[in-house]
Amino acid sequence: MTELTRRAALATTASALAAPWILPRSALGQQKPAKLRIGISTFLSGPASVFGVPGRNAADLLIEQLNAKGGTAGAPVEALVIDEAPGVNFLLGECRRLVQNENVDVMLASISSGSCLAVAPLAEELRMPNIMWDCGTQRIFEEGTWRYSVRTQANAVPEIVAPLLYLLKIRPDVRTVAVVNQDYAWGRDSWAIWKTAMEAIKPDVRVVAELFPKFGATDFSTEITRLQALRPDVVFSTSWGGELDTFIRQAAERRLFERSLFVLPLAESSLERVGKALPEGVIVGARGDHWFLHPTARGNGRLDGFVAEYRKRYGAWPIYPTFHMAQALFALEAAYTKALAANGGVWPSREQLMDTLRGLEFDHLTGRMKIRPDGQGLEPMLIGVSKHVPEYPFPVLDQMVLFPPELTMNPMGTKGLDWVKGLTMETVAKAPAPISYKA
Amino acid sequence: MGLLLLLAVLDGLAYAGQLFMVAVGLTLVFGVLKILNVAHGSLFAIGAYVAATLIGWFGAEELSLLALAIAALAVGALFGPAIERGLLARIYDKEHVLQLLVTFALFMILEDLQKLLWGVQPRFEDAPVRLLGQVEVGGIFYTAYQLLLLPGVALVALLLLVWFLRRTLLGRSIVAVTHDREAAVAIGIDARFVYLSTFTIGAGLAALGGALAAPTTSLVPGVGVQMIVLSFAVVATAGLGQIEGAAVTALLIGLARSLAVYFAPELEVVVPYLLMVAVLLVRPAGLFGRRELRRV
Repeated sequence: MTELTRRAALATTASALAAPWILPRSALGQQKPAKLRIGISTFLSGPASVFGVPGRNAADLLIEQLNAKGGTAGAPVEALVIDEAPGVNFLLGECRRLVQNENVDVMLASISSGSCLAVAPLAEELRMPNIMWDCGTQRIFEEGTWRYSVRTQANAVPEIVAPLLYLLKIRPDVRTVAVVNQDYAWGRDSWAIWKTAMEAIKPDVRVVAELFPKFGATDFSTEITRLQALRPDVVFSTSWGGELDTFIRQAAERRLFERSLFVLPLAESSLERVGKALPEGVIVGARGDHWFLHPTARGNGRLDGFVAEYRKRYGAWPIYPTFHMAQALFALEAAYTKALAANGGVWPSREQLMDTLRGLEFDHLTGRMKIRPDGQGLEPMLIGVSKHVPEYPFPVLDQMVLFPPELTMNPMGTKGLDWVKGLTMETVAKAPAPISYKA
Repeated sequence: MGLLLLLAVLDGLAYAGQLFMVAVGLTLVFGVLKILNVAHGSLFAIGAYVAATLIGWFGAEELSLLALAIAALAVGALFGPAIERGLLARIYDKEHVLQLLVTFALFMILEDLQKLLWGVQPRFEDAPVRLLGQVEVGGIFYTAYQLLLLPGVALVALLLLVWFLRRTLLGRSIVAVTHDREAAVAIGIDARFVYLSTFTIGAGLAALGGALAAPTTSLVPGVGVQMIVLSFAVVATAGLGQIEGAAVTALLIGLARSLAVYFAPELEVVVPYLLMVAVLLVRPAGLFGRRELRRV
């Protein structure tokens, strides 16, 4: 037995007394806060507000419902919303203000991939738990390791691979493709994923036109004339918002849909607005495992209740950003509850919260999903074809396939653009069976 | 190849018609008031939103073209005098930078007004396009609205404007004030009324441009910005204050853009600005602009 010297005893006592002061306060368990303050960055203005405002609306509704049940793990939730539209520098300043002056506990940032790429390093600097709730770039967790950021949804790789697999499943004889994407990072990156994957799976497909009208374009008539003359088998477009609506309307008015099969991975968010101008048979994606008439979750109280209340309050059907917001909030609630239990009822530190979010499995409105140890969410992809039905004044999805993440998402530690080069027709054959729309 | 060129020309004509409608109001206002009105884009957007709202209210497709005209007249008559008398009249003698900032501030306010009134979700009302149907050229379908109505209205607007400025008393007064305000006032022309009329006509033209664009595109926050940036390129390339020049330049830019989509799609976005830079390098006052002697 070691003899306890006076010096050793003093050192031990001093260490024990000093420990709570030496360690960052937030690294230890804390008292439950009077309010859980969540900072949310979203687009409240500009063209992307077509996503940002529904996302904010969903947050308002869900937080109100959450607080009516006693809040997150017993703490009432308060949201502080900031506009992402003025740009990255403004956003970083606002995040800093929310964390340092408003003492927010968690950030939910953001919609734009550029915003997410900028906020992740700031989250490290501020030791600010950050849930990336809607941005799509796969680069975030491929090019960096982030202690304080996770993403509660899929990313661009499965969002593009899934519709490609769907196309090749229903039209294996496709020979020519044209692209009409917005001329900015998402338009270029999504085309790079599609083109690389397509060259791997079916190298004989010829790209007949690569058209990138400027971001915010209000007229696609020249592109449509060009496509009518070229008659590609497939027209691929990851455009969104007003531009996608305009492209669909102008293409329909000029009968382009009669000549080519359209693949529109983000069109779920435009269905209600474009109505039946979008014809039947168009391949439509929803950026994840969600839709207000989700084939396997429909009929469960959670989804139906949310859809009914959202429609009643905002006069519109919920679109994908509302589901992404729900995923972020449900993940946060599940993580706090789990961390609290693991911490013996003591409110978890920021680090304990982040450790719990990694590897977390949680239920959301349309199913159950998991966050990988690197922070990337694993989410199935819902893809279907448009169908006109009498119940709705806009197309619904039919022949829906729920692609599991293991079929469409690159494994941890690999890069999406490299991984898609290994896709083959065997991957296409593994696509699950389609589910028909039921009235 | 021949057919491709024909198609590119038709697309270019349609686009030029739309572009001219916005640029002509901007250049007219600058020519007379010497103010570069950034809020012109907002008047375009408000004209478009009002037109879409009226089309929705009228319901019947047959009345939709009437809705476009009413929207342009209403927005021009309401916003033109209000902005000119309430704001611009107070800054005519101020620095150009200040004038630019004031119209930019107005632009920001009107952008928020649009969001307040019409929200942020895209709006689309294409009844006039459906009403006029389609036209087939060499196996390619165009809408008659795009191929015939837009360039047709632009041509009529150009001819009317030229006739108005050269053949009517008010038009001649406007030209006189443009050339020499002091001399015009000295011979009894009411410059105040000329400014008011010109700005109201400019606002009406912006609103008409917006109303005509409304049935072809989704109206979203920021729709005015897209058009105004390109209109500035047209006005700068043509030479500030040049109405016929704006028409020719809109045509050049429309054709260059559509040819780019056909033969060099990567250049589509930059073609109007490349054209502008090329012209300004050779003719700094623009294609049709004249160097002004500085009055001492």
